Amino acid sequence: MAYIPHTEDDRRTMLKAVGVRSLDDLYQAVPAAVRFPDLDLPEAVSELEVMEELQALSEANLDARHTACFLGAGAYNHFVPSVVDHILLRGEFYTAYTPYQPEISQGTLQAIFEYQSLICNLTGMDVSNASHYDGATALAEAVILAFNHHRGKRTKVILSPGVHPHYRGTVRTYMQGMGLTLAGDEALGNDSAGLAGLLDADTMMVAVQYPDFFGRIEDFTALGKAAHAVGALLCVCVNPLALGLLKPPVEFDADVVVGDGQPLGIPMSFGGPSLGHFTVRKEFVRKMAGRLVGETVDSHGERGFVLTLSTREQHIKREKATSNICTNVALMALASAVYLSVMGKQGLRQVAELCYHKAHYAAEQIRGLKGYSVWNRGDFFHEFVVRCPRPVAEINRFLLEECDSLGGYDLGGDYPELKDHMLIAVTEMNSKEQIDDLVAGLKEVAHV
Amino acid sequence: MSEPLIYDLSAPGRPGVPLPAPDVPLTALPKGLVRKELPLPELSELDVVRHFVRLSHLNHSIDTGFYPLGSCTMKYNPKVNEDAARLPGFAFSHPLQDPETAQGNLALMYSVQEWLKEIGGFEGMSLQPAAGAHGELTGILIIRAYHRSRGDLRRTKILIPNSAHGTNPASTAMSGMEVVELPSDDRGNVDLQALRAVCDDTVAGLMLTNPNTLGLFEEHVQEVVDQIHACGGLVYGDGANMNALLGVVRPGDLGIDVMHYNLHKTFSTPHGGGGPGSGPVGVSQALVDFLPGPIVEVIEVGDEDEAPLFGLVMPKNTIGRVKSFHGHFGMLVRAYAYIRMQGKQGMRAIADHAVLNANYLRAKLRDTYHVPYDRICMHEFVAEGRWADAPDIRALDVAKRLMDFGFHPPTNYFPLIVHEALMIEPTETESLQVLDAFTEAMVKIAGEAHTDPQLLHDAPHHTPVGRLDEVKAAKDLVLCCRPAELGEPAKKS
Repeated sequence: MAYIPHTEDDRRTMLKAVGVRSLDDLYQAVPAAVRFPDLDLPEAVSELEVMEELQALSEANLDARHTACFLGAGAYNHFVPSVVDHILLRGEFYTAYTPYQPEISQGTLQAIFEYQSLICNLTGMDVSNASHYDGATALAEAVILAFNHHRGKRTKVILSPGVHPHYRGTVRTYMQGMGLTLAGDEALGNDSAGLAGLLDADTMMVAVQYPDFFGRIEDFTALGKAAHAVGALLCVCVNPLALGLLKPPVEFDADVVVGDGQPLGIPMSFGGPSLGHFTVRKEFVRKMAGRLVGETVDSHGERGFVLTLSTREQHIKREKATSNICTNVALMALASAVYLSVMGKQGLRQVAELCYHKAHYAAEQIRGLKGYSVWNRGDFFHEFVVRCPRPVAEINRFLLEECDSLGGYDLGGDYPELKDHMLIAVTEMNSKEQIDDLVAGLKEVAHV
Repeated sequence: MSEPLIYDLSAPGRPGVPLPAPDVPLTALPKGLVRKELPLPELSELDVVRHFVRLSHLNHSIDTGFYPLGSCTMKYNPKVNEDAARLPGFAFSHPLQDPETAQGNLALMYSVQEWLKEIGGFEGMSLQPAAGAHGELTGILIIRAYHRSRGDLRRTKILIPNSAHGTNPASTAMSGMEVVELPSDDRGNVDLQALRAVCDDTVAGLMLTNPNTLGLFEEHVQEVVDQIHACGGLVYGDGANMNALLGVVRPGDLGIDVMHYNLHKTFSTPHGGGGPGSGPVGVSQALVDFLPGPIVEVIEVGDEDEAPLFGLVMPKNTIGRVKSFHGHFGMLVRAYAYIRMQGKQGMRAIADHAVLNANYLRAKLRDTYHVPYDRICMHEFVAEGRWADAPDIRALDVAKRLMDFGFHPPTNYFPLIVHEALMIEPTETESLQVLDAFTEAMVKIAGEAHTDPQLLHDAPHHTPVGRLDEVKAAKDLVLCCRPAELGEPAKKS
């Protein structure tokens, strides 16, 4: 059997030491009627065979290495320097557990501390946790933080319609037993002023996205002021890669900044694993979910790192914990720490600018096409909405067949008002040639 | 000497990874929205590689040594899994691409769904939850939705044995349900009398970890399940300890209504220093429609010439999605590789050798360390790290001293119902030689506890750092470092 080292002799020796005659005898406590089921599973195959099988499955997909990709909508095709994966493949990192024993886990602990530092410095916030599952669950946890901050006395959450539909869906799932109400995202037209109009003394938090789901960027300072005026928190959900270029949300006086870290060195991998950022201003540190790594000294006075403030957590506080989270996505946090380190101050800005310029070039070209218009008004980062002359599914089929491109995201499903609207993402991975092909394809399909 | 922080290695103006020049005309940057400072470090690629490789040397890991951390199933993480997950068709596919262009991914997910259903005895499976605790929250929300769909609104209590993982009560609290703790009896089982006393029409369900956190198979599992069902409740199975049950018993056959798996425990996907995990949730027939989605289904049945067409479907009365997209797909690829390589016979062999290894260690250590519930265990057992004739020694001392022998300590101070607990889970991938070497170290430490207790109090002696001051960490709360340009000087090493 694969990965089981026991010899026949070993088994005999061990059974004897245990004092039983056979392996079957180890299961006397299991009800006999249901013991040892005959599982309907395929027969075992060798490593050679399983890799052939998986190779075939993987090749039954289209992927962004072989097909131009203009899909974004929360998962982005970015360049990941080779160094990132080489570090992730160090067995000392990926085969370690949560660093409960700090004396033999300083590698993971310092890496997480550095991740926390990089994310704090990128967002401008005071405290980052060691990660959450993804942007959606981080936002849901932000709602719980706001609820606890107001000691359960406020029940209303305002969500911008520009927050990713999956994030809003996840928040609704998490909230279903909490007796809360959600407002704001029922109308696509609810802009910052509209959301501010919904604020009242029962509002615990208002959450916006930056850039929003449609790629739009705006200054949320006024909304933050309005929220704070009624005692509500401002939560900004970010694409951290955009912060290579854009003002950090701390400048809007955000209380909580969450986001999805996939763009920072993590492959799309059909949507997961990704990385959830969770950062707060320091007054909320004791209310936040998840692990935190803090600096300290060891018995010789040398600097070292430990998990800290664990009295917030489930293994100590049980039902009174700030969250149930235990396993997070530490390895993905390491990936983004390596990514940010190796890209650095200059590299991250360059990537963000490449995305910005290429997306704006694409939008300009599409704007000039007959039958198409760009829906976004005002500034955007690397995504924008295009109103199309035909159903998006038809256009995407054409783009795939004729231009070897994965076209944009069909917005009609999440936003009925945006039927025949496509969300296009452009990153540093899209060459001018690919963009020109996309534009030519869009032009052609309008007349087919 | 400690490794410098990444910011301490930075030098202003040092370029990082080179990127291509823009190949499109430039557009004016958005007015008023461009940041002034970008306080990231500036390092060469070699600086970065050396830094993180040096950090890696400070970790204990499965790849470097025995890791008998109870409840965590630290088995070998096969290398082929890593290669599989990195195949371009998996790693670079987009979650929102047309399902017709992602049939390989969906076929893989469908297989994993079906296999996990078969292994656990369930009728439905969602691969979406990201980790065990996430699966627990999902499961409790499903139980809640089930009762509400029947207009049974009074059921708000979830019963949880006091030996349960802390995530059980925390997940329940998040779902808006009320936690009722159940005591354990003197054999470590759920106390049946206490259970009977609380069973009424306000009980939504019970969370049962089986084998429990003492490593014992619940001796009255059938009575417990029947009792809950009789009062109209549902039983949640915490699948954290599923490694002991593979091919031995299917939780669904015991009447468990909903259960999460930990692919990062039972199915060999790596723990990653604290994730990513994956926590698929299986359910009985009555709960299938409440699963979070999307679920992979066969849309068009295939035949000899045509592969089936798979699609993503949202269950009819779904509790909603519990995260973005389709779950931790990369972990599913790894689990697929593992299940295929183990196959039908391999499942039972995993459990057999995990259970044999745990019982062997128990037999070798029981004369030296008190084992409070000393009978045939499953994949793990709990010993006490204390002796009446060595009153100053605690489990923590034993744990720290073990590091000097190159072993990761067992889980300590859990479960809470054992004093000075040392929870030992060897897993099936460890050889007799490794177990004997561990036994030898444990026996030696027990001797030292009596002859040289200070040696244990001062331990570890041979690790990269000594015991760390956790009180200072919590008091001073240094949780990040700021680069010098932000005004505060970077912390010096």
